[in-house]
Amino acid sequence: MDTKNTKRIAIMDGNEAAAHIAYKTNEVCAIYPITPSSPMGEWADEWAAEGRPNIWGSVPTVVELQSEGGASGAVHGALQTGALTTTFTASQGLLLMIPNMYKIAGELNSTVFHVSARTVATHALSIFGDHSDVMAVRQTGFALLCSGSVQEVMDLALIAQASTLESRVPFLHFFDGFRTSHEVQKIELVTDDVIRAMISDEWVLAHRRRALSPDRPILRGTAQNPDVFFQARERCNPYYQRCPAIVQKAMDRFAELTGRTYHLFDYFGAPDAERVIVLMGSGGETAHATVNALVARGEKVGVVRVRLYRPFSVDHFIAALPRTVRAIAVLDRTKEPGAAGEPLYEDVLTALGEQLVAGKLPFPMPKVVGGRYGLSSKEFTPAMVKAVFDELACPSPRNHFTVGIHDDVTHTSLEWDPSFMIEPDSVFRGMFFGLGADGTVGANKNSIKIIGEETDMYAQGYFVYDSKKAGSRTVSHLRFGPEPLPYPYLIEENSANFVACHQFVFLDQVDMLKFAKPGGVFLLNSSPWKPEEVWNQLPRPVQEQIIQKRLKFYAIDASRVALEAGMGSRVNTIMQTCFFAISGVLPREEAIGKIKAAIRKTYGRKGEEIVQKNFRAVDMTLDNLREIPVPAAPTTTRERPPTVPPEAPEFVHKVVATIMEGRGDELPVSAFPEDGTFPTATTQWEKRNISLFVPLWDPEECIQCGQCSLVCPHSCIRAKLVGPEQLAGAPEGFPSAEWRDKSKPGLRYVLGVAIEDCTGCALCVEACPKKSKTKVGHKAINMVEKQPIYEMGRRHWSFFLSLPDVDRSQLDLSSVRDLQFARPLFEFSGACTGCGETPYVRILTQLFGDRLLIANATGCSSIYGGNLPTTPYCTDAHGRGPTWSNSLFEDNAEFGYGFRLTIDQHAGWAVQLLQKLRPHLGDDLVDELIHAPQRTEAEIVAQRARVAELRRRLAGRMDPDSRHLEAVADHLVRRSVWVVGGDGWAYDIGYGGLDHVLASGRNVNALVLDTEVYSNTGGQASKATPRGAVAKFAAAGKPAIKKDLGMMAMCYGNIYVARIALGANPRQALQAFLEAEAYEGPSLIIAYCHCIAHGINMQKGLEQQKLAVQCGHWVLFRYNPALAAQGRNPLTIDSKPPSIPVKDYAYNETRYKMLALSRPKDAERLIQLAQADVEQRWKLYQRWMQEDMATVAHPAGQ
Amino acid sequence: MDLTTTYMGIKLRNPFVPSASPLSQRLDDLRRLEDAGAGAVVMFSIFEEQIHHDMEALDHLLSAGAESYAEARSYFPDIGEYQVGPTQYLDLIHQARQSLSIPVIGSLNGVSHEGWITYAKQIEEAGAHALELNVYYIATDPAKSGVEVEQLYLDVISAVTATVRIPVAVKIGPFFSSIPHMARQVEQAGARGLVMFNRFYQPDFDLDEMEVRSDLQLSTAWEMRLPLRWIAILFGRVNLSLAATTGVHSGLDAAKLILAGADVVQVCSALLRNGIGHLRTMIQELEAWMTSKDYDSVGQMRGAMSQRAVANPAAFERANYIRILEEYKAKYALG
Repeated sequence: MDTKNTKRIAIMDGNEAAAHIAYKTNEVCAIYPITPSSPMGEWADEWAAEGRPNIWGSVPTVVELQSEGGASGAVHGALQTGALTTTFTASQGLLLMIPNMYKIAGELNSTVFHVSARTVATHALSIFGDHSDVMAVRQTGFALLCSGSVQEVMDLALIAQASTLESRVPFLHFFDGFRTSHEVQKIELVTDDVIRAMISDEWVLAHRRRALSPDRPILRGTAQNPDVFFQARERCNPYYQRCPAIVQKAMDRFAELTGRTYHLFDYFGAPDAERVIVLMGSGGETAHATVNALVARGEKVGVVRVRLYRPFSVDHFIAALPRTVRAIAVLDRTKEPGAAGEPLYEDVLTALGEQLVAGKLPFPMPKVVGGRYGLSSKEFTPAMVKAVFDELACPSPRNHFTVGIHDDVTHTSLEWDPSFMIEPDSVFRGMFFGLGADGTVGANKNSIKIIGEETDMYAQGYFVYDSKKAGSRTVSHLRFGPEPLPYPYLIEENSANFVACHQFVFLDQVDMLKFAKPGGVFLLNSSPWKPEEVWNQLPRPVQEQIIQKRLKFYAIDASRVALEAGMGSRVNTIMQTCFFAISGVLPREEAIGKIKAAIRKTYGRKGEEIVQKNFRAVDMTLDNLREIPVPAAPTTTRERPPTVPPEAPEFVHKVVATIMEGRGDELPVSAFPEDGTFPTATTQWEKRNISLFVPLWDPEECIQCGQCSLVCPHSCIRAKLVGPEQLAGAPEGFPSAEWRDKSKPGLRYVLGVAIEDCTGCALCVEACPKKSKTKVGHKAINMVEKQPIYEMGRRHWSFFLSLPDVDRSQLDLSSVRDLQFARPLFEFSGACTGCGETPYVRILTQLFGDRLLIANATGCSSIYGGNLPTTPYCTDAHGRGPTWSNSLFEDNAEFGYGFRLTIDQHAGWAVQLLQKLRPHLGDDLVDELIHAPQRTEAEIVAQRARVAELRRRLAGRMDPDSRHLEAVADHLVRRSVWVVGGDGWAYDIGYGGLDHVLASGRNVNALVLDTEVYSNTGGQASKATPRGAVAKFAAAGKPAIKKDLGMMAMCYGNIYVARIALGANPRQALQAFLEAEAYEGPSLIIAYCHCIAHGINMQKGLEQQKLAVQCGHWVLFRYNPALAAQGRNPLTIDSKPPSIPVKDYAYNETRYKMLALSRPKDAERLIQLAQADVEQRWKLYQRWMQEDMATVAHPAGQ
Repeated sequence: MDLTTTYMGIKLRNPFVPSASPLSQRLDDLRRLEDAGAGAVVMFSIFEEQIHHDMEALDHLLSAGAESYAEARSYFPDIGEYQVGPTQYLDLIHQARQSLSIPVIGSLNGVSHEGWITYAKQIEEAGAHALELNVYYIATDPAKSGVEVEQLYLDVISAVTATVRIPVAVKIGPFFSSIPHMARQVEQAGARGLVMFNRFYQPDFDLDEMEVRSDLQLSTAWEMRLPLRWIAILFGRVNLSLAATTGVHSGLDAAKLILAGADVVQVCSALLRNGIGHLRTMIQELEAWMTSKDYDSVGQMRGAMSQRAVANPAAFERANYIRILEEYKAKYALG
């Protein structure tokens, strides 16, 4: 068959390329979301929902499991029963599959796992790419096949599939997370014909014949004893021996079919190379391209790109090396502390050593050194490749080096020359600085499609995001050129032909023009300025760079054009049009025509109106784009403002601010703590000013209820009570009002608004119950334009912070009104605008923050809680505050349980020591320390005073008991241990652990932030997802009912359980927190969190919470075993019977509505079932309550 | 008994036409309406504004937060085509046309000139026998005169009637200074029928929440007095089919409106309140009354009590008002 002539071009990223082959060649996909592999499963799920068949004509079954452990189990089972089965994963997910991987390999099951290789969390989590995960499974018996580019992903995915079927060795096909999984490239699509030609049906039928079947019963999975296990384990050897040749055969067959050639070890470079680098993954692309450039200069260098890492074929490896090799550097994208070397290095040494000892090495033993590069997607550039070659040229090249960082602690790092570049002039490089919300990335993906699909040019796109969910900054790196673009690294300084700044404010925050090539083009969205006036508004360094680099400077008031074209804040189409108009990548007229065609393709299915709106924007753009004349010298003296204020702590100046400026790569090793520890309370130094609109308080209208501060997701609204004298030094116009509580006359009520930290969600305005008597649209708090009040607002906030906090012990924290005076110890997080989770987290810190330990499951709450550069947990005036840690996704309940075990153990140890030291410490103090109650704030304050007194009495005592007591004395003050996480953790991956911890009876409190979907990874279904809602992995609407976690926990009888919704009943929510914490046993609070993944107007999030309760979807209740112990009914239902249809709630949300718009019949059926669910659940709860649970409940826990 | 009538040139088996309402949102209900005896059916209204809003909202909400954060480049699966815009509506007309034997009348509430024309054309292409334009304009600008407002209506009618070949009826509200003059202009602009009257969503105030609410209250039988008067006045004065709507709750109400001159009576609230089967009762009531009065056909009845036909035409005019007022005063001994 001649398939070479039927080439099909496609623009896609590595994940899609892998999914394409996996889907076509499998029958079952068992998946679980984890970044950066989730899109592979998402593609498969979407294709299955569409009914797309595999190459045999059947539609694969795509199922989501509760964890990767579960997914691998399902894969194992499906393989054992004869289905062609696959899965997609990365990092911790892959590690969770390890036990099953041993089994799958041990039983010689044919399968391919596709892995977008990602860093395994150590001192910190990282979602980015390296090989630490795949290196952790190299011993399982899986073959490991590595791809270095998007094209290779598609090609080697198929080669892996063919090889596993023929060899029976299971394959792990991996590629670099993000760099390859998310890089968009123009590739040749592997057609169905090629796939069919690569996969023999005989192999498939053989796979079926090996399956378990009661018609020809067999038994697998025996338990074997010392007499036989060893021999039986060695029985698989022939399969591993044959495997490399089978893979090479598949590669050869593939080359015949497509013309693309691969080898187990591909050597590129000078035939007489003396210096050779060995590596795998996308770094191989960079090294290969660099070698080409160096060889062209006459250097004798080469690179061996490892494709098949396991089984490691020593013969093939040695054969791949040029006989002239004198020095080899083996680069590992992983770190194995304490090892003699990293894995690939050790394998290479072993291979060479074995051959040498056996006398079979066809050249003198070369020098071999190992080095680490690229951990967590650290850049790996041609300059770094060259640095490695330069090192190899030294008489004694350094071993165990690092490249890409500055190691000033153990001095492992190689220096590199950043000015060394290899890309030819024909490559066009464009960088686009945008906001997540302005559509920049989407537009750039569109541009890549236009150029890649409509012209002969090659196209590459890679997109960098910061870690904020609200107001995040994106940088798009685009390359176009007549030849393939093997440049898997970011665009480098002084090399971009085109730099676009889509938001004017970025010019004050990042030095983007350092990337511009001299003579390049700079495009600026000048809003809020007109193009004609923008020059004088630029900071001086920007003016200087434009002049020095002789940039052609264009500007457009894009935000105004967007507004006028009906595009809102999305400047994407406008800036994309500008790009095509001035970059010269395509002829202008042709480009505009193509943009419009692309618009129709992208937006057509969302409606004609959207298409027309975008067309309008394109046309208006061309009329509004201006080239700005550049004067000979700068015309301003305005510098960029400092990143952080001078009063920030030293660490913030030195480390945090550098990261904020986008210069984290420059920080040396010594800048960091050795164990991952980071200071808290750093978000206060990152004034992001992302909203153009902020709340303004009207003290005259205000009834001082505290609702606005209660709902603020970013803790930007705070209240204090002060004496009039404390306002003496207030800045002009500082608002305050007489405190309305007559029991405390004379006090002034002040409401502070952190306008620089506000994200503009307007939940405060929605929550404000007070409407002006004369103008009902005006409330006691209203959104206003920020600019006019900016300076005043900053002064007021600063003064507000200087005012003292209200004494906590005087507050009734069960009242919303008093809670506003409790200082939040969680502020200005990077959560989404209008986030439904963060108010609960803030309340937790307001109630118990000064004695709070949080174990946080990985997910949204760990990202906005702990992602660098700045973190939101902070401290009170005494320096106390929440201490926070994230272990993993799956183990969070157990992790927090560990906190409790320590606390209980140490508190017990302290009591023991107190008794022992009683003669020295005094009976009164000891008795009080041991027995004094700590139920109220005042009692806790008193206990703290006793501990302080204890420390005074222990001071100077050097006996071991005193020293030990001093070390654990703090645990005598009541601690509050909370395990916090989302529904993905609590309902799915962490459920087993959560269940165990709750069942333990220990005083651990769980807060489940239930968004009913895996929000952090982009909206995959969990068992909390309600019936009828669309989510990823439930593209046809979730068919099954939402799991009732609360009821499951109540069944134990000794667990405090509450279901709360702040928007529906804030007082009940507060009560639940206080009761849960007071209960001397396990507690579970399930909190309704509206979420961006629901597809709602986030400003109406609280309203949706109300509707969720009113329709009965979210029944509010508290189950307090302490009441049962008193012979009372432990269950209180806090919401009224359902009073509106589920539809009235659900169809306000895109997650439900999109099904009604795409599959109306399915939607109707599911929504009716959802209605029935609600009615049934309500009846069930009623029955529980009516049957007086006290009579059936177990006694309360410890 | 001959109940047939002709509406905009289309022959109907009887004058009862369920008006634009939620009852025409499902094919099953449309079939039930036919089974209950409907002479024709007016589909629920397609609202251009709503379509635009839905498209915008879907686009905005599906892409909100997308491409902002490395772990979540989107929040929803890509599930292909969305039936936004008029697709679902047009499909339903198409299906109704296939499965019903009674005429199907599309209903359109537009905003833009382009919208009126585009959607009218699509409704015709989907197979509707006729089109009802649900023109809904609340004048809030003191600078805009009544004539200008009327012109807005007329522009829409001219544009649509120039575009489609099916007959077009116009549903108007009662708030014109001269309804007969307006009716004539509507006729001149190309319409074939006049539907009286639209019941606007009227605002209400929620005194607890201090918010403006608007909801649709079902009509009361008393409200048919308004169309009764104007149909009686217009009958014979304009060359338009006249459809009565609002407050038609029984066969006797229908009898009155036909006597006033209506070609068809549109029913909605009565069916929403009593169920689709009530339509059959209404037809039977009309027949019973006709029998009792010895009428053989609806044609005979039509306009028999129109303003021109009654002995006392002033009963429909100001004198009528004064007389009623006097009677009322006498009865309750006022002033």
